[in-house]
Amino acid sequence: MGRLWMNTVPQRWHIDMLMITCPWCGPRDESEFTYGGEANIERPTDPEALDDAAWADYLFMRSNPKGWHEEQWCHAHGCRRWFKAERHTVSYAIRRTWPMDEESS
Amino acid sequence: MQNYSIFNLARHALGGHRGWKPAWREATPKPRYKVIIVGGGGHGLATAYYLAKVHGIRDVAVLEKGWIGGGNTGRNTTIVRSNYLWDASAALYEKSLQLWEGLSQDINYNVMFSQRGVLNLGHNLQDMRDIRRRVNANQLNGVDGEVLDTAGVKRLVPFINTSPDIRYPVLGASWQPRAGIARHDAVAWGYARAADSLGVDIIENCEVTGVRRDNGKVTGVETTRGVIEADRVGVVVAGHAGVLAEMAGFRLPIESHPLQALVSEPLKPILDTVVMSNAIHVYVSQSDKGELVIGAGVDSYTGYGQRGSFQTMEHFLSALIELYPIFSRLRMLRHWGGIVDTAPDASPIISSTPVDGLFFNVGWGTGGFKATPGSGWVFAHTLATGTPHEINAPFSLERFHSGALVDEHGAAAVAH
Repeated sequence: MGRLWMNTVPQRWHIDMLMITCPWCGPRDESEFTYGGEANIERPTDPEALDDAAWADYLFMRSNPKGWHEEQWCHAHGCRRWFKAERHTVSYAIRRTWPMDEESS
Repeated sequence: MQNYSIFNLARHALGGHRGWKPAWREATPKPRYKVIIVGGGGHGLATAYYLAKVHGIRDVAVLEKGWIGGGNTGRNTTIVRSNYLWDASAALYEKSLQLWEGLSQDINYNVMFSQRGVLNLGHNLQDMRDIRRRVNANQLNGVDGEVLDTAGVKRLVPFINTSPDIRYPVLGASWQPRAGIARHDAVAWGYARAADSLGVDIIENCEVTGVRRDNGKVTGVETTRGVIEADRVGVVVAGHAGVLAEMAGFRLPIESHPLQALVSEPLKPILDTVVMSNAIHVYVSQSDKGELVIGAGVDSYTGYGQRGSFQTMEHFLSALIELYPIFSRLRMLRHWGGIVDTAPDASPIISSTPVDGLFFNVGWGTGGFKATPGSGWVFAHTLATGTPHEINAPFSLERFHSGALVDEHGAAAVAH
């Protein structure tokens, strides 16, 4: 099959998502967290220099992949801190989580 | 195409009903078509049908990766209404509702369209102000609607909990009598059969894996059944808009979320309308089989897994039993999820794209089913002429550059 994402689906197909590991508080129930969308989108340092298409790209366009996705979460009902997670958008497995100010890789 | 009528039914009854033919041919892909439509859901099939019927373009293929109606067309809660706030949306959904009203006759297929009305409940003062504003806007746009108070809601749904001391009391509702439900599978099958009879090739089990381009112009698609060339390609997919856009080399302002629904065991007839609630986010109707069809809100995170999260389920089921204590001991039979492609303004994208000859009709979010005929109507025009119909002109991809969004978040009578 030519579906690329199939190769990267983790072996564990049960619903993984109910537990999210906060980098500070450890594994907690999914309901303690709020979702913050795709990670690593930087606000342009000089918005005036951008044309409408480039601004729209920053503001609205998303990669929305079917596969591994780096995204932002907030432990809203816990330490209330934001962090990043790498989650699979089909199996919902979370490979790792790390603080916002640390590099992705 | 064999006509479905009482006379043919009687004729086939004499032959023990062994003479019926399949509703559409099993087509083999030709090497080239004038128009290829990617996605064999209701919207794609309706597009193909109106291309052939209204615009006389019959050299059309509909490519479906699975089977007809196996995607979101068969996963929604079948509600049809047109009471949207903004002029652009009202025009689109009202065009659709008008097509619904004649659809069974037009395609000679009973889609069981039942205009049983839709209630959108209000639970606080601001809800009621918004409802009043929306109903006024609807009436100015020629869309039927009225504002009901608590007693008015109780008259239509006698068993709804209208006690003032519940967490979200029912203060009133908007009421659109021409709204209702339709049988979603029949919509897909009926359009497939009608399009097929006009010469459209419906090709199932044919997944698009690439979009062929030459000098910024689309030349065809790569599929699991080989390369198929075309002058124009219309992408009408739900839950995979971003994946197809990536194949064509651009990004969309769309995020895909799981949306779940469930049906209960069958009951005697009890609910003869559709009740939706924006604030507590549960909507319910009763199917002709007697099952309650119950819908929910989307999961907050993006995802392509066709299932919903348990916390969302708990949320909408607790809302259900507070509003309808009579349902508290119902057992649920089936539960499923669909993937909804949602744009930032909760409006669809029916548009040309950065690739010449490639058009997208995607991003219908949580409310695509009701738009099936209208979506097909305007997208057929777009594909036939290369320019948008006046109804879908506001729904271009360009609106995210210009800022002229059609913001139906919340305004559309139900949150997304």
